Amino acid sequence: MRLLETEHLTREFGGVIAVNDVDFHVEKGLVTGLIGPNGAGKTTLFNQITGMDKPTSGKVIFDGNDITGLPAWKISRMGIARTFQNIRLYKELTVVENVMMGLHFKVGKDPFHHRFSQAIKSYFFAARENREVYHKAMEWLEFSELAEHAQDFAGSLPYGKQRELEIARALAAEPKLLFLDEPAAGMNPSETSHLMRVVDKIRNLGVTVVLIEHDMKLVMNICDNITVLNFGMKIAEGTPNEIKHNKDVIEAYLGRDEEEDS
Amino acid sequence: MDTLTLYMQYIVNGLTLGAIYSLIALGYTMVYGILKFINFAHGDILMVGAFVGLLVYTALTGEAADPGVWTIIAFFIAMLISMGFSALLGVLIERVAYKPLRNANRLAPLLSAIGVSFILSNGAAWIFGTQSRRFPYPFANDPIRIGAIAITPHQIVIIAVSVIMMILLTFFVNKTRMGKAMRAASLDQATSMLMGINVNRVISLTFAIGSALAAVGGILASFDFRVYPSMGTMTGLKAFVAAVIGGIGNIQGAMLGGVLLGILEAVGAPLLHIPNSMRDTVAFAVLIIVLLVKPDGILGKNEREKV
Repeated sequence: MRLLETEHLTREFGGVIAVNDVDFHVEKGLVTGLIGPNGAGKTTLFNQITGMDKPTSGKVIFDGNDITGLPAWKISRMGIARTFQNIRLYKELTVVENVMMGLHFKVGKDPFHHRFSQAIKSYFFAARENREVYHKAMEWLEFSELAEHAQDFAGSLPYGKQRELEIARALAAEPKLLFLDEPAAGMNPSETSHLMRVVDKIRNLGVTVVLIEHDMKLVMNICDNITVLNFGMKIAEGTPNEIKHNKDVIEAYLGRDEEEDS
Repeated sequence: MDTLTLYMQYIVNGLTLGAIYSLIALGYTMVYGILKFINFAHGDILMVGAFVGLLVYTALTGEAADPGVWTIIAFFIAMLISMGFSALLGVLIERVAYKPLRNANRLAPLLSAIGVSFILSNGAAWIFGTQSRRFPYPFANDPIRIGAIAITPHQIVIIAVSVIMMILLTFFVNKTRMGKAMRAASLDQATSMLMGINVNRVISLTFAIGSALAAVGGILASFDFRVYPSMGTMTGLKAFVAAVIGGIGNIQGAMLGGVLLGILEAVGAPLLHIPNSMRDTVAFAVLIIVLLVKPDGILGKNEREKV
């Protein structure tokens, strides 16, 4: 079953076509890889889907609903979470507070739709509510193996852990679909293998994952499906094995010299 | 009157003045906290608030009503209506003059704000004329004496209303979900959007609250300063100074900065034998000292070094 589909999605910046007529689809419950050389339009595609930017033309269908051009906060409440290439944490808050932020405004909970009586209630039970949210956040930190850093400032964590914290925070909102934009960028090999374990655990939770990644070993090991972009266009899709042996991909993306590496 | 009681009296006067500065400073600081932008039209919103308050009040009581129960009720009705009107005006200004410029360079919204400021003050001069009007006293004006110190009922109202407003705001920001959304947006807008927070609505709300508080400040200020189209300029500027002294972007800082500035102004001028016509220099001298000694303001956070 398809959880997400884009139809003829196009995004132009002035004369540059960053995403060109892309039909991208994501199967529910699987890990889909999105690869391509720098400037292929991968992050732009992510931005169109998650509402950070509006497409020039084309459609985005999520879980049967047309979500094209909706604002990011709405899309996030419908159950799409994401992380960023350049980490976006609340650096001045602690690790556990960051995850609590993910929980406070989680899917379907609109802070502006609370009635007065609920506001009163939420005042008197604020302490309890906070405690619940705190415990929930700690559970997600356990899941991501970050619990020991719960009280550290997010900005003080090593780079790899900051990335995993961003993932934990995204997961706390219990999304149906999770986008990871270069999760392994800047990670050392042991951090990368830890990340692979975490992504595997996420898949086992039943959360559908899409990831942009340059680390081919990680992509080939972890993804069920792979889509390849080049110059804004989709040039191939298939299983890791099919992609590995796809001539277009090898020529356009991997290059002849790197053939053995892949 | 001996010197000590004289200065006690100055402190009481300063506290009243400071409470008004605090209310207005909150609007500057909340908007800065979220948008990193100084809303220079904020001072003129307090003027509009004062005019609306005055108009509603005189419509309810007639020109020269003697203070009584009805004038007190009418005063609070006028204040609430003025708050609502100013809140809407603040939201409207943000939508029309600032929101389209949110991604422009930082100077653009600033210039837009100065433009809005001129439109409001000139618009008021056009509609109401330039002469100043007195806000009739809704409360009996016999001072209450505590020892040798005299406090007028108006001063008590100013302080009481300000304290209540600040308590309500603190409760709102710290205890409610909307307040939490507001604090989150001030830390990082883009990330907050991904957490499912409607940042545009948070920004509108910030302008609404800031403008409503400015309206209260404007009405309270008009007991002493009268109501006229350019009344927002100096009061607004000093409230901005108060926000900077307290640490701009910090809500407690704005409250503290306002009270501190009010007291320094009321005590400092007589202490340093500064003539009344030069009183405003005190505020700006304090600003310069604070900027030299602690540029982040008293409660401003030292930016943690980012590695």
